[in-house]
Formats: sequence, structure tokens, C-alpha cells
Amino acid sequence: MAGNSFLQVDGLSMRFGGLLAVDGVAFGVKDREIFAIIGPNGAGKTTVFNCISGFYRPSTGRISLQGQDLAGLGSHTVAQHGLVRTFQNVRLFKHMTALENLLVAQHRHLRTGLLPGLFKTRGYRESEQKALDNALHWLDYMGLRAFANREAGNLAYGHQRRLEIARCMVTQPRVLMLDEPAAGLNPQEKKDLQGLIEQLRQQYGVAVLLIEHDMSLVMGVSERILVMEHGRPIALGTPEAIRNDERVIKAYLGEE
Amino acid sequence: MSAAIHTSTRPTWRQNIAHALTAAVLTAVVVTPIFGLHLERAGMRTVIQQNWSTVAWACLLVFVVQMLRPLLSSSSMRLPRFQLPAIPARQRSIWIAAALLLAVAWPFFAGRNAVDIATLAMIYVMLGLGLNVVVGFAGLLDLGFVGFYAVGAYTYALLFHWAGWSFWEALPLAGAAAALFGFVLGFPVLRLRGDYLAIVTLGFGEIIRLLLVNLTDWTGGPDGISSIPKPSVFGLELARSPSVEGGTTFHQFFGLEFNSMHMVIFLYLMALALAVATLWISNRLIRMPIGRAWEALREDEIACRSLGLNPMKIKLSAFTLGAMFAGFGGAFFAARQGIVNPESFTFIESALILAIVVLGGMGSQLGVILAAILLTVLPELAREFAEYRMLIFGLVMILMMVWRPQGLLPMQRHQVEVK
Repeated sequence: MAGNSFLQVDGLSMRFGGLLAVDGVAFGVKDREIFAIIGPNGAGKTTVFNCISGFYRPSTGRISLQGQDLAGLGSHTVAQHGLVRTFQNVRLFKHMTALENLLVAQHRHLRTGLLPGLFKTRGYRESEQKALDNALHWLDYMGLRAFANREAGNLAYGHQRRLEIARCMVTQPRVLMLDEPAAGLNPQEKKDLQGLIEQLRQQYGVAVLLIEHDMSLVMGVSERILVMEHGRPIALGTPEAIRNDERVIKAYLGEE
Repeated sequence: MSAAIHTSTRPTWRQNIAHALTAAVLTAVVVTPIFGLHLERAGMRTVIQQNWSTVAWACLLVFVVQMLRPLLSSSSMRLPRFQLPAIPARQRSIWIAAALLLAVAWPFFAGRNAVDIATLAMIYVMLGLGLNVVVGFAGLLDLGFVGFYAVGAYTYALLFHWAGWSFWEALPLAGAAAALFGFVLGFPVLRLRGDYLAIVTLGFGEIIRLLLVNLTDWTGGPDGISSIPKPSVFGLELARSPSVEGGTTFHQFFGLEFNSMHMVIFLYLMALALAVATLWISNRLIRMPIGRAWEALREDEIACRSLGLNPMKIKLSAFTLGAMFAGFGGAFFAARQGIVNPESFTFIESALILAIVVLGGMGSQLGVILAAILLTVLPELAREFAEYRMLIFGLVMILMMVWRPQGLLPMQRHQVEVK
């Protein structure tokens, strides 16, 4: 595979003791592409995610974003490079309000100097106001404005999921990584989610890397799909090709 | 109350009696060495005097309370979770101004002893608020806070002793030195979490103390450093006569009669100023981006990292700032006492400051202030019980944890609100 994609993963393996959880995974995500990773439970999808986002240090393999090597960097550094993720089980700051969740996420774009903050200098106030405006924009965008002052932990589950995506977006990412964003959503919310993902790509120019079990969402929204089984990649292609791939059918339905 | 109405979750009378008996026996075991047996000298010999009636009374008391416990817990004996009434912003500033005015004015009418105790209370307010930044805001359990307090105190003491620096020259450096220690210690240990961090900081506090004891050539060892001068008022000494030939003292300058009370009041006002400054700074901090980051980190470190926040940097800032407050407190302490020695910086001091934070309510600044004042003033008021001070202290902590684990005035988050 040519190594000139936007986000490029090559020969990625992750070993936990005797278990080879991910074995030789390689793929490239193009700029503004919606790319999905699917596979049965335990196939190693989330491990791939954790490797890319820097939460695991991969045993072998290269990960690069626009030619910049990311493998082995700490998770916060990876995020600073513009790869921001959500989690399978939502990880909001539960006791902070929806608005504050979005403010915290902008931390590294803010003026965090001690003295400007203590004395509320003009630069500090402007920086805070900008963060507030940005947060409010995203609350409006996600239809969560009415819940701005609510504690995030008290929001409905579907709203929490949307807030988590908003929290990623306020950091101005280049790649948005969503780990099972549709889990626990009702059919209408799933439909909205599909629209949202397409809209984010279109309006904010992010590439989207997606792990998902919900086939209608995956088939409907992704341009290319990587299928994994037992840690190994077994197929890569357009939804059409994946749907008709024998190995994929076998992996999902078992052998006849 | 008959057995019939007991639900399965309630203990039966029989269980209750067994429970109360066990508690009474345990009481006997604990109380006997304290109240039951007294060593007394009778001429040449030391005899043990037995005093069983106190033990019996204690056991009986515990037994009765334990028997009544189901009743107490079932009825509305729970302490209400009172919250401070929300005061509108304008009224709040009036209240704060009034409280400040009162705090500034009262030493001029109070007795010497009271002002002295109040000064001590203010030092603990400052230390409590400093530790509150670390424990309450950032959620890092620090059991060696007194180490930074010691660094601050010895910075001034040593600078005076070896270089003749005055208090005002040494004060910024005391804060800076403590902050530096916090930074240097924090760097390796802040990747540890919870209990591990607590143990390492505990060790750090002890290391500082042992260094102070053993570096005899520099620090004077166990004797410490004495005759440290008190702070001056803008260069005017608060003494009967100037220490330097041709100097002017405070009372001469203002044409007042010399009064040693001036010094006491001045020290109190300084402690108050330092405590208020600490309150103001920590109050600003929690509303600033760094304060939000502390809270977020306390809630979910993984989520923080996924958003590009560097946890190390954020924790380190809390640790360093907390240490800095302790450093200022230490320098003031050294100036007030006029003598520093390692005795003042034992673990029990760290425990006391932590108790102030926990008792007041972690993260609650008003609670911490209240707890600091209570824990310094009450022991002074109850001098007769000095022997049982730690016993009462322990008892209060246990009762607090049972009834109000969230502290006297639980933290109320300051929220950013939008319409």
C-alpha cells in the first residue's frame, strides 16, 4: 500500500504477553475520507484505535499523519497533532456542565498563563470569550444548547454521545476517531448520527475513522471499510466490495 | 418497637445486643489503659492505681448508644445536608467586605492571647487553602505538605542566618524555593496515582525533616535556628529600641507609647493579609482554565489525554502552586516564632493540615477556612482536655466521616453559566 495517505498505518502489531491482539494491520485514510473498521467482537478494532491514538505503544508498526511519525508518542501529543477520539463507553467529565466539558477541551488553545488569568488581562478575557463562543457554537450545532448548564452525567445517553463528539470537534481535529458511536442509540438517533458524520466531514473537513457494529450505518456512511478478524486484516475495500467478499461473509456468518 | 415490624435489613434485637456487647468489650479494651490504670508514685515505688468505675461508665455508655443505634439511624437523625443560601453577587461583596472589616478591626479590641491564637489560625487557613489546591481541586493526595512548609521556614531562617536577609527580602524567595521543591519532587512522582502518590509524599515530608535534623552544620540540627527577626513595618522596627544605631522604631516614628501589643496585632494583620491573598488567588485559579483542567483531570485522566491535555503539566502546576503557598506560610511562621527547628515539621502537622481540608470539605474554600479556625481555636478553648486532644480529634474525625463525609461545607462547584 502506498504510504502517501493522510493518515497512514503500516505493519501495525500489538502483543500483550502471549496474545497477539493486532497482527500486521495496514491501511491509509485519505484526507476527508470516512473510513470504517469492522469485525466481530474481539477482532482487535479498539486495540488498533488505542495504538493510533497513543494509549498503547504498538509492538511494531508505523503510524503517520501527513508524513509525520506518530508511533510511540504519548496520547496527549497525538491529540495535539489533530487525532482526537471518542470512547466506546462515553467518557465525559460527568460532574462538569456540558458547556464546561467543551471549555476544558479547548485548554491548549487558551491563554493559560497564571498572571494574565489572575488579573483578567484583556488578552485573557478575549481568549475566554472566544472559547465560550466556540463552545456555544458547538452546543447549538449539536442541538444541545438547552442543556448547556446541565451536568454532563445527567444528560440523556444520546445527548452524551453527541456532546462527546462536540468535545472532540472544539479541539479542531484533523482526524475524528469514533469508537462505536452508535452503540446504545435508537434508530432515529442512528440516522441523525449518519447525517452528522457526513456533515462534519463536509463542513469542517475532517477525516473520520470509525469503529462500528451497526452495519446499516457503516455501509451507509463509509467510503472504504477495513474488516478485521482475530487481529488480522481480512479485507479492505468499498462497502459494495466488502458486502460481497467471501472471507467477510465467512467471518460474520461462519462456514456453511 | 416490636420484632414484627423489623424488616430483613434491620438487625433483630438479638443481633443488636450481641453487637452492643462487642462494642462495649472493645471499649473496655481501649479505655482501660487510658482511664482505668494510672501509674502513680508512692514514695520510692511506682504503683498502678486502678480506677474501674470510669471504665464501667464508658462501657455502659457505649452499650446504651449502640442499643439505641437502630432507633437513631431510622429516625431523622441524619444531619441535613444544608447548603449555604445563595447570596446575590452584589450582596456577596458587601458580606465579604463586612467580614474583612471585622477581621481587621477586632484585634484592636481583643486580648493578646486571642490575637495570638487568631494569628495561628490564619497560618492554618493559608496552609489549608494551599493544600486544598492540591487535594481538593486537583485530587492529588499529598501527605508531605509540611515538607514545603519547612522549606519556606528554613529558607527565611537560613537566608537570615547566613546572609542577614530581612523578612521582606526573603519572603518571595521562600515561596519560590518551596515551589521549586514542589516542582522537582512532582516531576518524578506525579505519574503515580492515589495511594502510591500519598506514600511517596509522606516519605518526602520525612526526608526533609531528617535532612534538617542531620545537616547540623547548616541548619543547626535539632536545635534549629533561633533569634530570627520579626518582620518590620516598611522598614520600621517594632521594638522598644532600634537594633541598629540611628534607626527609627515604629512607636518613635508615629509618636506612640511603646506597646508590645503592636507587634502581636501587626503579625495578626500580616497573617490575615497572607490568608486573604491565598484565598483570592485560589479562588481565581479554580475559575481559570487551569482550574477547569484540574477538575477535569480529577474526574477522568484518560479523557483529558484524549483531548490533548498534558496531565503531567497540569498536575505539576497544582503541586507547585500548593507548595508555594506552604512556602509563604513557612516564612511567616519562622518570623513569628523567631525560632525554627525540625520539631515543628513532623508528620502530625501534615496530618492536621489534611484533616483541615477533609473536615472542611475537599475543594470547599469556605469549609477549609472554617475547619482551620475550628481546629486551632477549639484546642485552645479546651485546654483542660489537652491530654485527650488527639483522642477527641480522632473521635471528631470518625463522627464526621460517618455523618458528613463530604465535609462541613461541601464543595459547591462554581459553574460557568450561560443564558
